[in-house]
Amino acid sequence: MCLGIPGEVIEILPDQPDLARVDVSGVKRAINIGLLTDDPPVPGDWILIHVGFALSKIDEQEAKAAMDFLISIGQAYEDEIAALLESRIDERQ
Amino acid sequence: MRFVDEYRDAEKARALAAKIAALCEPGRHYKFMEVCGGHTHTIYKHGLEDYLPESVSLVHGPGCPVCVIPMGRVDDAIALAEQPDVIMTSFGDMMRVPGGRGSFFDSSAAGTDIRMVYSPLDALKVARQNPDKHVIFMAIGMETTAPSTAMTVLRAAAEGIENFSIFCNHVMIVPAIKAILDSPDLRLDGFIGPGHVSTVIGCRPYEFIASEYGKPIVTAGFEPLDILQSVYMLLQQLAEGRCEVENQYSRVVPWQGNTVALRAVGEVMELRPFFEWRGLGFISHSALQVRERYAAFDAERRFAIPGVRVADPKACQCGEVLKGVLKPWECKVFGTACTPEMPIGTCMVSSEGACAAYYNFGRFSRQRVREVTIEASRA
Repeated sequence: MCLGIPGEVIEILPDQPDLARVDVSGVKRAINIGLLTDDPPVPGDWILIHVGFALSKIDEQEAKAAMDFLISIGQAYEDEIAALLESRIDERQ
Repeated sequence: MRFVDEYRDAEKARALAAKIAALCEPGRHYKFMEVCGGHTHTIYKHGLEDYLPESVSLVHGPGCPVCVIPMGRVDDAIALAEQPDVIMTSFGDMMRVPGGRGSFFDSSAAGTDIRMVYSPLDALKVARQNPDKHVIFMAIGMETTAPSTAMTVLRAAAEGIENFSIFCNHVMIVPAIKAILDSPDLRLDGFIGPGHVSTVIGCRPYEFIASEYGKPIVTAGFEPLDILQSVYMLLQQLAEGRCEVENQYSRVVPWQGNTVALRAVGEVMELRPFFEWRGLGFISHSALQVRERYAAFDAERRFAIPGVRVADPKACQCGEVLKGVLKPWECKVFGTACTPEMPIGTCMVSSEGACAAYYNFGRFSRQRVREVTIEASRA
């Protein structure tokens, strides 16, 4: 759970503006962007995701570096991605 | 392409290593602590110690939130899970952490309802879906994770959700660094500061390390070159007689941190007078608890918690590993009685733990070094 996972913002959810649809390794998930209200991300921005929340905006090069780091650590990253894929924070029910 | 990058990186690493060696004063030994478990991973995975001169050693710090949870708190969480009509939710990392009465996995096998979640927001969703149950989120993590918990409590309050609370075990790395600096066990020359923690708190909270303790600290990224660059920056400060907070990871870490995140934590949580850290003992003002005005979301107020202190198993030396006094392989049970499959201590459970990182990566390069040394001595 300590890992920061890079993702690319696809869209801000129109009915829930604190959530963004984010592409993480080719899979789209809702991520909370409430911690970035001082400098809100827009589609095309890269963010660092931690336990379902965007922690900071990063550039594409840093996103690639972060992904290389994650792939290098192996199992822990696979566990984290598997957990993220189970996550469904955008569904109200 | 990747191979070309790796080759270039190796070239850069060797160039940095030469600059590092040139900065070392002859006859002086340097000991730097990397506070963050993510950095420990990088160091072992890439065998970075092999790039450093013998006079520079890296020791591992307490920056793994799973590793520092004392056994008694695991038992308290299991006691909560055993309450009638309670669903306990937890990050996957916590599931195998042994308490005095076993782990979450053991408790779940014995019939409690403990579910793994990726985000505290997933825990809140479990609460929405199970209005007849009370859902508790096992909140662990350092400054990086506390804002997510705080935001989730704020969301629960805004939605008027009444069957959700958190068992707050958020700890803070800065008081732990201070405790290590006050401890007579270890003489350190500087710190490689945590990366993700610093995206939240920024660099200012580290200023006392330079001003009061006279030690340099460099906030670092997670790439192998980031770590080597940080070691270089630390040595440069020492060589020039400077003691400052420097930010090697400025491409991600803003100097002032994330003020929205800090405000959310400040709204929902306050400092505990003291909190027990595994291996480090009680450290004052080192953890967070839920504020009175959010008492409805505080499992410690809603339920009676046993609060029993449980001593670590005698064979376990996680404490010494967390303080950087022992290297993982120097622990008596490392790799024999204590393995990632059957852990005795927390440092072997978490992927961020120094023992698990060394078990998975480091031991191979160390074995190689040992083999080479043996060969050389035979020759």
